[in-house]
Formats: sequence, C-alpha cells, structure tokens
Amino acid sequence: MSTAENLVSQEYKYGFVTDIESDTIPRGLSEETVRLISEKKNEPEWMLGFRLKAFRHWLTMTEPKHWPNLTYPEINYQDMIYYSAPKQKALKANLDEVDPELLKTFEKLGIPLQEQKQLAGVAVDAVFDSVSVATTYKEKLKKHGVIFCSFSEAIREYPDLVRKYLGTVVPTNDNFFAALNSAVFSDGSFCFIPKGVRCPMELSTYFRINNSESGQFERTLIVAEEGSYVSYLEGCTAPKFDKNQLHAAVVELVALDDAQIKYSTVQNWYAGDEEGRGGIYNFVTKRGKCAGHNSKISWTQVETGSAITWKYPSCILLGDNSIGEFYSVALTNHAQQADTGTKMIHLGKNTRSTIISKGIAAGKSNNSYRGLVKVMPKAENSRNYTQCDSMLIGSNSGANTFPYIEVMNNSSAVEHEASTSKISEEQLFYLQQRGISQEDAVSLIINGFCKDVFLQLPMEFAVEAQRLLGMKLEGSVG
Amino acid sequence: MLEIRNLHASVDGNPILKGIDLTINRGEIHAIMGPNGSGKSTLAKVLAGHPSYEVTKGQVLYEGKNLLEMAPDERAREGIFMAFQYPIEVPGVSNAQFLRLAYNEKRKHLGEEELDPLEFKDLLKERAKVVEMDASFMTRSVNEGFSGGEKKRNEILQMAVLEPRLAILDETDSGLDIDALRIVAGGVNLLHNSENAVVLVTHYQRLLNYIVPDYVHVLAGGRIAREGGKELALELEEKGYDWITSSVAASGIGASRVT
Repeated sequence: MSTAENLVSQEYKYGFVTDIESDTIPRGLSEETVRLISEKKNEPEWMLGFRLKAFRHWLTMTEPKHWPNLTYPEINYQDMIYYSAPKQKALKANLDEVDPELLKTFEKLGIPLQEQKQLAGVAVDAVFDSVSVATTYKEKLKKHGVIFCSFSEAIREYPDLVRKYLGTVVPTNDNFFAALNSAVFSDGSFCFIPKGVRCPMELSTYFRINNSESGQFERTLIVAEEGSYVSYLEGCTAPKFDKNQLHAAVVELVALDDAQIKYSTVQNWYAGDEEGRGGIYNFVTKRGKCAGHNSKISWTQVETGSAITWKYPSCILLGDNSIGEFYSVALTNHAQQADTGTKMIHLGKNTRSTIISKGIAAGKSNNSYRGLVKVMPKAENSRNYTQCDSMLIGSNSGANTFPYIEVMNNSSAVEHEASTSKISEEQLFYLQQRGISQEDAVSLIINGFCKDVFLQLPMEFAVEAQRLLGMKLEGSVG
Repeated sequence: MLEIRNLHASVDGNPILKGIDLTINRGEIHAIMGPNGSGKSTLAKVLAGHPSYEVTKGQVLYEGKNLLEMAPDERAREGIFMAFQYPIEVPGVSNAQFLRLAYNEKRKHLGEEELDPLEFKDLLKERAKVVEMDASFMTRSVNEGFSGGEKKRNEILQMAVLEPRLAILDETDSGLDIDALRIVAGGVNLLHNSENAVVLVTHYQRLLNYIVPDYVHVLAGGRIAREGGKELALELEEKGYDWITSSVAASGIGASRVT
C-alpha cells in the first residue's frame, strides 16, 4: 500500500441532531402536498400558481439518471417529507423569541446568530430544515437599501420584486430537480441590491438539514441592480443518518448593467460513512444571468461533503462585455461521488468566461468535471479559458473530465487545458525530509493544488476551506 | 555524531547495501564515491529515511540515538538534511511558504518561538545570499519551472535556512554547469563549520576540487571497497572505477551492479 493512501477519515463533527419539536406534514408528494405547503406559508395565489405549474410539469419529467457519471439506488419521492419546520412562533425580529435550542444549534455549528458574537461584516440568514429561523443585520442593511431576508418574508413583503425575477433564470421546467424545487421549495434567502449600491457587508446563508426524513428544497434569489456589487456566501451541514436525504436547491442570480455578484459556497453536507451509507444527495441547480452590459457573475465553490453531488453553477452571458467565472474545488473521499462543473453560455458580444476546476479524489470515490462552453453566433469576439486539474490520492479513486465545447462564430476563441496528477511518495518524502509531518505535507500539497481557487474566496472562507480539506483528508495517506 | 554499523538495506527485495561501516564526526567532510549502482545514493536515502528502502540488518546511531526508529520528518527536525539529486516540484506552494513551514517545525522542535512571515522574510533574504538567489525565487512555487541549476541552488538555500547538523548532498553536482557548481560549492563551504558534518555523495572528482573532503570512501557492490584521504579521489579520477571494482571482484566481494 502506498504512503499516499488512507488520508480521509476524520469524524464528521457536524453530525449531531437537534432535539426539537417540529411541524411536519405527512410524507408523500401530490398536488395536495404542494397546496398544503403554500397554505402553511400563507402564500398569495400567484405563488401557488407558480408551484402548481412546476409540479404538473415535474410529473411529466424523468430523473436525469443516464448522463451523469453517478450511480445510486432509485429515489422514492413518495417516501419523503416535503415540509418540516421547528415549532416556534412566526419569525420575530427579536432573537430572544427564537427557540434557544435553535440558537444553540447554530452556535455549535460556528454560526452564532447574536449579532454581537458574529464576524463583523457578515450578515447571516439561518435556514433550519424548511424555514429560515433568523436573519441578522437586516436593519443595518436596510439603511443602504439592501434587502436581505428569508424567501417567505420576501414573498410577503416584496411580492413585486420576487414576481419580477423568480424563475427568470431557472424556469420551472428547466430540469427534473429544478421543477421539483419550484413545486415544493420551502424557504431560502432573498437579496436585492439597489442601483449603485456596494453592499456594505458579506451576505450569507447557512443551511442545516435536521430532520432525517425530510428533503431540503430551498430557493435563493439574488438581484443586483445597475452598478451594484454583492458578495454572498453559503454554508451547509447536516446530521449523520444512515438514510440518504435529498437536497434539491435552486439558486438564481441576476446582474443588471455594470453589476457584480460574487457567490461563494463551502459545501460540507454529511457525506455518508466509509461504506457509503447515508449522506446527502445534493442535486442543485445554480445559475446566474449577466443580463446587463459589463456585468459579472463569479461562482466559487468548495465541495467537500454530500454522498452525491450533481451541480453545475452556470452563467448566461447575455449582456455585451459581460464576464462569467467558475472556480471550483471538489473533494471526494470514501464512496462519495461528484459530477460537477459549469455551463458558460455566451450570447452577448465580447463576453468572457474563465473556468478553473480542481478535483481531488481519494478512497474509492469518483470525481467528474462536466462543463459546457457554448458560444452563440452573435457572441462575437468572445473568449473562454478552461483549466481542469484532477488529483488522485491512492489507487482506488477515479477522476474524469467531460468537456463540451460549441463555438458558433469565427471571431471567438476557447482554450481548454486539463491535467491529472497523483500525490507521489517522492513528494511526501521530500517535504518530510524538511521536517514537515506527513499530514501537514499532504495538506500543503492539496492547498497548493487548490491555490487558484482559494485565492477567489473571501478571507474567512479561505481559511475555513483550507482547514476543511486538511480535516477531510486526515488519515487518507499513511 | 553518526555511527553506521554493518548496514544492510534493500529496495523491492533486492539487497543493495551489504554491510556498510562508517563513522562521521562533527566538523568533518566525507565524500562517498563509487560507480553507478554501487549503493551510494541508497546510503543517502536510507539515512534520510526514504520509505522505499528497507534496512535488513545493522544499526545506525545518530547523536547516540537509534536513527532507524525515527520517521523521516523526525530525523529532519533532529538536524539531518538531504539535498536531493532530483528536487521535487510542489505546485502552488511558494518557496517562502514551504521554507517557513519547515523552519518553524524545527524551531518548535527546539522549543523556540516560531517566526512570523515578516521576520522570516528577513532571515530568508539573508540566507539567500549564500547561493546568490534573488527575491523572485521566494514567491515562485517550490522548484516549479526551475532550471536544473536553480533547483540545486534551491536545495542549498534550504540547507542554509535549516542549518543541519548532518548534511547529505546526493549528487548535488550532477547536471551543473561550472558557474552553478561554483555557487553551490561556495554555499556548502560557507555553511560548513566545526559543529556540523557534510557527506558528499558524488560520482565525479570534480566537485571535490571545490569542497575538499577529509575522507573519501569508495563504494562497490554495496560495501566500502576503499577508504582514504582526498588524494584517493584523484587516484580514482586517474585510474577509473574499474580499478576498484576489479580488485573487489578479485578479492571475492560481490560486486553485483544495481541500477
């Protein structure tokens, strides 16, 4: 056995369950379920209409089981709970009225919701199972005209804005999981940055799945008006259960003229045990539309958790001179599977996109990059640069790259580079010979490998991401 | 400082070292010479603790401790340094970051305060003079895109930073042009003092014009076939390794070649 095996098995420290009374609807999915969710949330008629349209379409669709490089047993959509909320009074502005169990849960996760305890400069929306339990710094943000609240609240308080943008980037019939989400989504975050405003703090949402039987279907919508800027962070964890749980989220971003959205994710859902029992099925649709001229959307993701990851944060580069970026680190270990990448759709003139993807596969995991670069006839003088690097740890893991490139005009250029490497015994020995322990050596090599992506993360997240990778790989070499 | 007693080692089950005895004291410079496959690089790697090499017999005492029981990183922190024949690239990790980590590991081991990046930068700047390296090397990824000569200079820079008690230079002269050889050798001479020892593993006598050894040991077939002062190297240069290997064969010592 080579020295470069064994490095991935520290206990998942977020695997605890919060004992809290929940308002849970019966398992199963029908039109009744959709109506019940909408009713529970006191939604207006148009919202129910949106859901029903999505549900009816979903019934005609089939799960995408053939093209992704993933294998998993049949999901029984009737054996799942579609709404589960911790019992508490309606969301209050005052944190004192939030169930102390919930506050404790988030504190244990390193996300204290009391503003004085938080990292300065980061506002948090905390989502627990199906509902948002608290959103911090709302008042401060409001002074700048920035709206940051739970999706339910947005439907109540800002129905016109939600109606104007909801489903404009990811239509209800976009794909199987997006349609499912559109029908049953329960909560999530809504951000609106008005014209000319540079959002004064990082906005973030922390997602927690607690109920073992429920899926999580959250919805995020971020709108950046002309000339505005926002940086948004997303984190997630779940308890350890032997059963798989479904997480099917939809994230829509809209950037108008000269606006910039930077969206960063550190995904650490429970990944299942060494044999692949349990863990989250993370089937997520994330897409941003650079609707305006000179707009920019940048996705950065560090994917370390989930039993299965199916996720392609994408950019539609509609406005002339708009820019799309995708920086990704995907780490899989044990029996994890990831099929992740991006789509860059160039529609406007002089549009630019950059894709940097780093896949690390350890144990007997399987890690695939799948990316589409499509340059439409009118997208003259467009450019894409893609770099996909894979690193294998041990000899039982797999890495694949599936690039799809379609260029439909003569003035555009697309570059694609790919590499696969292994942490070699020689590399480890070299670092050890300089006095660096084996675990630190592996961590150093992995962090070096991921540097181009980590550089894109906000500072606190970059530190967290480096620590997380080190932890995930502990013991996988040795 | 170092006592090697009847050391036998093999790689993939093939015996390479077949009974090495060698004593090294502080302040000394030893040259280990020999034809290809004689086991001289193996000796260096066994001392550094390379996982592919298995010690099958014998013992090695370093400062009175059983060296063979120590992990490679432990040996390094205890002051053993090996300059690699083929230095390894570590993409995305800057030379400065790597050196600071290594340096601080050693400081921690000695119970000293770690240096922060700024303090370390000053130290690095100072030490880089030893091998005439400029600041641009420090921000580049470890050995990535370095020329052969730059990689070897980088090895000596690491030695300058880590200040080993026992430095083992594995074919550091191979592939160097004359200017790089002069810089590298100059660096080693500057770092050598009465408190540390240097082991030069080399095929050619050329390096020994620049770094003058106190003792020369010639390996053949996994054993020390001949020992002497620096003049032995000159004699070898003149007569070639056949002179040693044939006499070894004649005396009945196995001289099986391993590459």
